[in-house]
Order: sequence, then C-alpha cells, then structure tokens
Amino acid sequence: MSAHKIFPGVAIVCAFVALGFAPALGNDYTTSLLITLLLYGVLATAWGLFCGPTGYISLATVAFVGVGAYTVAVLGEQLPWPLVLLVAAGLGALLSFLVGLVTLRLSGTYFVIFTFGLTELLRQLVNWYESTISGSVGRFVFVDASSSSFIYGQLLVLLALVLGLGWWLSRSRLGFALRLIGEDEQAARHCGIDTTRAKLIAFTGTSVFMALAGAIVAPRWTYIDPAIAFNTIVSFQVLIMALLGGLSRFWGPLLGVVPLVLLFETLIRHFPNHFSIVLGVVFLLIVYALPRGVLGWVLERRRLPESTR
Amino acid sequence: MSAPLLQVQGLGRSFGGLRAVDALSFDVAAGEIVGLLGPNGSGKTTALNLISGALLPDRGSVRLEGLELAGAPAHAIARAGIARTFQLVRVFERMTVRENVQAGLMYGRSDHRADPAELLVKVGLGGRDALPASQLTYIDQKRLELARALALQPRLLLLDEWLAGLNPSELVEGVALLHALRSTGVSMLLVEHVMDAIRSLCDRCVVMNAGVKIAEGTPVDVLSDRLVIQAYLGDEDEDVRCNDV
Repeated sequence: MSAHKIFPGVAIVCAFVALGFAPALGNDYTTSLLITLLLYGVLATAWGLFCGPTGYISLATVAFVGVGAYTVAVLGEQLPWPLVLLVAAGLGALLSFLVGLVTLRLSGTYFVIFTFGLTELLRQLVNWYESTISGSVGRFVFVDASSSSFIYGQLLVLLALVLGLGWWLSRSRLGFALRLIGEDEQAARHCGIDTTRAKLIAFTGTSVFMALAGAIVAPRWTYIDPAIAFNTIVSFQVLIMALLGGLSRFWGPLLGVVPLVLLFETLIRHFPNHFSIVLGVVFLLIVYALPRGVLGWVLERRRLPESTR
Repeated sequence: MSAPLLQVQGLGRSFGGLRAVDALSFDVAAGEIVGLLGPNGSGKTTALNLISGALLPDRGSVRLEGLELAGAPAHAIARAGIARTFQLVRVFERMTVRENVQAGLMYGRSDHRADPAELLVKVGLGGRDALPASQLTYIDQKRLELARALALQPRLLLLDEWLAGLNPSELVEGVALLHALRSTGVSMLLVEHVMDAIRSLCDRCVVMNAGVKIAEGTPVDVLSDRLVIQAYLGDEDEDVRCNDV
C-alpha cells in the first residue's frame, strides 16, 4: 500500500482519538455543541448512504430517531442500557423494513411524500396512545446513561461505525448496485440486480443508525413528547446538511454538518423567533448556489469525475 | 433435434382493452438469430419486455432451455441468461465506460468473470475505459450497452432496434459488429426495421401485427408474404377508397 493511501487512514484514526479527548479539554457548552455535531454527523451520513446513491429522498429520518428515543423513554428504567440500545436498533430495523417493503416500489415524489407522511402518522399515533391510554402526553427520561461525556463517547463510536459502513459500501457490490439504481433502476434490474432487495437492505441498515442515535441522545432531553421526538424539522435539517456537504462520497455529508450545526446554533441563540424563516432562506441559498454541495464544487474545480469513489 | 433455446407459447398481455401481445408463440434455436418484425405499434417491444421481465405477462409461457421464466422478475431473468438492450439507449451516464461493463459482469450468472477491457475491445470501445459514458457518441453508447449485455454472458441476447438512429456509415459498422457476435455463437432475438440488416443477419423472422403473429419464415419469404406487405403498406382497395373520398 502506498503512502498516500495509508495517510488518510492514519489521519482519520488520529482525528477520532483527538475527538475522544475533546470533552475533557472544553467546558459544558463545547461538549453540548460537539454532541449536536456528532448527532447530525451520524444522521446526515446515514441518510446520505442510502439517499445519495439511489436518489430516493427520505424525510423519515426523525421517525427512526423518535422510535429510538421512545424506546429509551419506555424501557430505559427497566432494562440494562446495552439491551435498551439493542431494542431501539431492532425496532428501528423492523419499522424501516416494513416501510421499505411498502414504499420502495414507489418512485420519486411518491417516496418523499410517503416518508414525510409516515413521520406525521407516527407522531399522531404516539400522541393518541400517550393521551388516551397512558394518560399523559410527555414522558421523563430517567436513565443512568445520561452523562454528557458518555453520550458523546457513544455517538463518536456510532459515527465511526456509520463511516465504516460507508467505506465498505463504497467498495462493495451492494454499494455499486445502489449507485446503478440511482442511475437507471430498470437498466440495473436487467443487469441482474435484485433492486428491491438492495434498496431494502440499505434503507434498513442506515435507519438502524438513526434509531440508535435517537436512543443515545434521548437521555439529554430528560423530557420528551411526540412533538420533540418526531419533530419533522430535523428530517429537513439532515437533508439540507447532506445536500450542502455533497453526496458523491460517503463522507460528503459531514462537510455540510459542521457549518450548518454552527449556523443553526447561532440562529437559535440570536433569532429564536425567526429561526424557521432564516432556515428557509438557507435552504434556498444552498440549493441555488451549491446544487451539488461543497464536495461537488471542489471536485468540479479539480475536474475529478464525481462518480469515482 | 434438441429442444429450442427459447420457447415462447401463447404469450399475452393487455393494457385495458388493448391486446398489445396476443397468443404469441415462436421458438429460437441455439445459435440462431431471429428477427421480430412488424409495423409500429404491432407489439414487438412489448413482446421483448414480456420475455425480459420488464413487464409481467397476463398469460402464456416463456421457457429458456426448458426453464419457465414467465412472470419471473427482470433480475432473475437476466441471471438466467437473457440479456437485453433498450430501444432508447440506456447506459449509466454518470459512470465510466468500465463501470458500465462491470455492472453487467458483477451480478450476472457466470462464476467466471470476463475482463471488462476485453469486452470493450470486442464491441469496438477498446481503450475508452475511463471516459464517462455520457461523453460517448450515440453509436458508442449503443456499443457500450451491447458490451454490458454481453458481460452477463447471456444465452440469448434481445436487441430492441439496436441499429435504429445510426447514420449509413455507422450502420455498416453496426451490422459488421452483429455479424462478428453471431460468429461467436450468441443467439439473438432482434426487433429491427433496417431491412438490409434483417436480410443479412437473420436466419428466421417472426412478423407481428396488432399484437398477433402474422408470418414466420426466412427473411426472403416473410418479406414477400402478402399479409406482411399488407400490414406494412395497407390494402390496395383501402387506398382506392381513400382516394375516392
């Protein structure tokens, strides 16, 4: 292996080790900011792994996050923490598998609308269940796994795992199949690709990361209700971060996460009442100025073909 | 004689009240090149879509070496050994030429994987591996689509108007390429309108009109068949009546 191939690997490992020590060096605020960065880093990367190559735009991100968070709220006090995470991952997988089975035959706009509708449906269902059966809409999240350094550590590991999955996909048959599906799904089928199966595996696999991310951060919120756990704005934020970063490489979305998390943080601090309006303007600007993201812009300037991973 | 490679029997598909393909039956023997002819809208492409699994048939059977494929999903049919090209060329445009061929190699039925570079040489795209497919000319995209289909190592190749839209000199190259393929023993079913190519390439022709088979035989025989001429050019009597009005 040549030096220029080893170097990025070493750099990435060093970066992760350095990030591991970051909370000890800063204060509570920096740790909280880093947690938000990692959370969106996981979500945007996972989103990009499926939606990037296939072109199936999902707005169901927060549905899986919410399922993870509610798993913690309901089971957090009864089960040991690793088991809670396992159940969250399992429920995320089950939900995404069922959704995928129903929707992945839909194309384009219909898929977007269905995934958006699914989130709303889940929110209303949980709302109804909580208000009529359990008697109170909100829940407190009391678990041992609530220290911010522990949450940070788990998210860091999760980010490493989702990036590892992306790296593997970028060189695997499945990853190649997903790109072919994005190019021309019918032609891909006639190349012998079971497109439904490929999409289902990838959609389920990436959704598990979203559910886990939701479960890991839930203790930070201490209180959740359906409006918090299934907040559709999160799905849009993840989408716009991934688009800003660029989808032609598995690590592309991360390039959009950092600037936008910082921007949203500033906005909420200084313009809490106008957040949605400014958010809309940011969406417009990104789509207009950088349609293929930071990554696409850089690659274009260096004249590298976008498709070569 | 052994069983035919492809055996189509009573194949049918309707869209609402329109019987696009109706009780279509024909065979393709191993190593044979069969032309599927007919005027526009006669159901040729629909028939190809039914055989390749792009559409599900309402009734009938499609057997490849005795294996029933009617109703099977497209990817299973591709893996079973039927590869196809499309009427409007469909290459993976944002990928390189090499990746396009790899798409055919990677998910096909063969354990033995051919070399993409070799396949590209075979269709006349040698040395263009790294180009994005979108930068190829129309005929080269057609060549690429053919290479991708051949990468599946098919028993039967379905070509949907592969020669359409080529200029006269490209046409000569195209026909020569199909001749070369024929000598390697690939069986083909071609939907084609270019009569010279049909005469020089096809062992046999099946002619369709309004969804049904109206003639079958050697190119020379079917092209002089009264029903076929009628289907393409219309009735003499009808013309006269039109003139009267």
